[in-house]
Amino acid sequence: MGLIGDLSIQITQMLVVLLLSPLLTGFVRVVKARLLRRRGPPLLQPYRDLIKLARKEAIVADGASWLFRAAPYLIFAATWVAAALVPTFATGLLFSWSADLIVITALLGSARFFLALAGMDVGTSFGGLGSSREMMFATLAEPALIMIVFTLALIAGSTQLSTVAGFMLSPEVGLRVSLGMALIGLVIVAIAENARIPVDNPATHLELTMVHEAMVLEYSGRHLAMIELSSQLKLLLYVSLIACVFVPWGLAPVDAGFSAHLVGVAAYVGKLAAAGILLALFETTVAKMRVFRVPDFLGVALMLGLLATLLRFVSRGL
Amino acid sequence: MTNATPILGAFPAAPDHMPWPRRVVDEAIWRVLSARLSAGELSLLGLWGDAGMVHMAVLGGDPVAVTVASLACPDGHFPSVGREHPPAIRFERAIRDLFGLEASDALDRRPWLDHGVWSARTPLGRPGAPEAPTPYAFLTSVGEGLHQIPVGPVHAGIIEPGHFRFTAAGETVVRLEERLGYTHKGVEALMAGAPIDRAAMLAARCSGDSTVASSIAFARAVEAALRVAPPPRAVWLRALAAELERVANHLGDIGAICNDAAFAVMLAHCSVLRERVLRAAANCFGHRLMMDAVAPGGMSVDLAADGPKLLHELVATIRRTLPPLVELYDDTASLQDRTVGTGILKPELARQFACGGFVGRASGRSFDARRDLVYPPYDRLRFEVPVRREGDVDARVRVRIAEVEESLTMIVQILAEMPSGAVLADLPGADAPGGEGIAVVEGFRGDILAWVRLAPGGIVDRAHLRDPSWLQWPLLEAAIEGNIVADFPLCNKSFNCSYSGHDL
Repeated sequence: MGLIGDLSIQITQMLVVLLLSPLLTGFVRVVKARLLRRRGPPLLQPYRDLIKLARKEAIVADGASWLFRAAPYLIFAATWVAAALVPTFATGLLFSWSADLIVITALLGSARFFLALAGMDVGTSFGGLGSSREMMFATLAEPALIMIVFTLALIAGSTQLSTVAGFMLSPEVGLRVSLGMALIGLVIVAIAENARIPVDNPATHLELTMVHEAMVLEYSGRHLAMIELSSQLKLLLYVSLIACVFVPWGLAPVDAGFSAHLVGVAAYVGKLAAAGILLALFETTVAKMRVFRVPDFLGVALMLGLLATLLRFVSRGL
Repeated sequence: MTNATPILGAFPAAPDHMPWPRRVVDEAIWRVLSARLSAGELSLLGLWGDAGMVHMAVLGGDPVAVTVASLACPDGHFPSVGREHPPAIRFERAIRDLFGLEASDALDRRPWLDHGVWSARTPLGRPGAPEAPTPYAFLTSVGEGLHQIPVGPVHAGIIEPGHFRFTAAGETVVRLEERLGYTHKGVEALMAGAPIDRAAMLAARCSGDSTVASSIAFARAVEAALRVAPPPRAVWLRALAAELERVANHLGDIGAICNDAAFAVMLAHCSVLRERVLRAAANCFGHRLMMDAVAPGGMSVDLAADGPKLLHELVATIRRTLPPLVELYDDTASLQDRTVGTGILKPELARQFACGGFVGRASGRSFDARRDLVYPPYDRLRFEVPVRREGDVDARVRVRIAEVEESLTMIVQILAEMPSGAVLADLPGADAPGGEGIAVVEGFRGDILAWVRLAPGGIVDRAHLRDPSWLQWPLLEAAIEGNIVADFPLCNKSFNCSYSGHDL
């Protein structure tokens, strides 16, 4: 298919992640509501919210600097690019040479950096509170993610996602302890990074317990829409990442035909739905942990990543 | 505890003060009372102002009894009780704001209810021209790395307004200071000069979730002042309504506490149960919260014909549904991790503040107005008063669960033993004599104190309602100390003090 094919797949991928991410968030909300015997918001509510916010006036605090205005766009751009790099339904992406796990980690890290800065920029106590908590979590979540990336790279021989996915599809992958550890670690990091229960509560109205919501408390209008969409993209990104690395079945390989790509899309939607249901189930069965328990929780992810990496050095077979 | 009567016995009792005596004392005895309160021999029930006078209700003796002491302050000053007995501080600040009577050697002279936005100063004393609002001086904490977090009065969620000023070292709370009074409605001023039925409506609206208990307290105080006994059936119906209110509020709060730990399943199930109680109440008494069902003289409505059947079904439903929920609460380790050991209120503080309700009972203070200052029909009901000593969020949840079970038992007993007959006694109309009455009634939060002085002709001259939250709000400040900021909503919800009932 060549360049044109790769380019079209890349563009489709970018649009798919952008358009599907609010749906995933809406789906998780609906499933959670149903588990609580509530009717819940309509599936498409996140889209409506985004449109509503985009139309509203953006109020900026008096003390806000240019950073506060620029941050939503920077965060959105970094997250969107990161989400566009993860193979969702096909591996033959134009940018797959740069679709490196370390790049994705760095992009997400930059987004977080700007969000935390923006939280502190307006000088309200909640913004600072949220930023300090977010950074406390990040100091453990980021190394954990890096360790997991190393594990995968050591197993698959590359940090490039399409190569990792290709390796995972091949018969030589086998059943490995280190892979299991990496999966658990990645799930923990994903829960923490996406501000889900038990680390943070996306539905809370209690300003003192917020982490992510506290940082964005001062945002409104199109700025808030950008940040909301970025959060939704981030959730989709992590689900796609886990799906791409650990359940890559159905991914259309490079130079595959149109039908293979259709299968890829169907498989991807199926994976998203499964992940959404699992996430909602998990969130319904646990309470939020104390802020100071979160480092323990993330420490588990870090240790698992570290152990998995070490295991790879000790034994090729594990 | 010793009784206050021996100290006060020498002083003349005010005529027509029912059912407990009110004695006009001098400054020396007032100071003796303060000392006895400070020594823990007596408990402070309430401290409120009047025209040129302050009243103090204390609890003590074995069996416990209420005594009211009154001190005339012709020069607008009275000896501070709060100086020796801290629970009185906020009462004194409120008296100063409302009546202009000054606690002469008070430690804290900041305003409390008056935020400088009223149209007149000291509206219940000699109204003065309003002053420009001055900045409120919060208490300071000095230390390295301490920072302040102001929260409210407008919150991110839809809750009542109140300002909380946290001083934190990182995430740990060093000091919490509350500022309340944002929902001051001037209820006492509105009651003064109002006919009894109008004042009863106001009493029912002090705090919506305690409307039945507040109404009963006010009605009992009026009935005591007028020496009217409500018909037996009305007394039993009042207890029925009060227990339904208690069950509804406890169920709602148990769910809400768990929801503040982001455990929404409990809230969902408990909300369904609470809704069933409210619907049963609507079917039985014509109003979901049973507002205005209780009237001075009895009940304004009788139980609906199908009421007993509905209530038996309701009790059966809750008894079937609640145990699995309690089990879920017990078995969810992540939830227990949040509630156990969080927001501990020390038993000594609960005793010192005479903290009522589940907050006091979760911290070892075994006091329940239904048992200790018994009023009908509780003298004929069998029930236990659950007490725990841990004083944490978990203990408060468990006391509430146990209270729900006790209330269900009482509802069944009431339905079985309720007499028939009229539900409303006639109050003397225009020819009614004046009088004074006091009542203490156990609401779901704790003991509600109501005091009225009636002018001849069925007019309220002066009324005072003291919500249990008055003695619980200060303890929240103590309970949160040393906890982390993020646990405050959980602690606050486990206290669930009333803003509206406090601010009045």
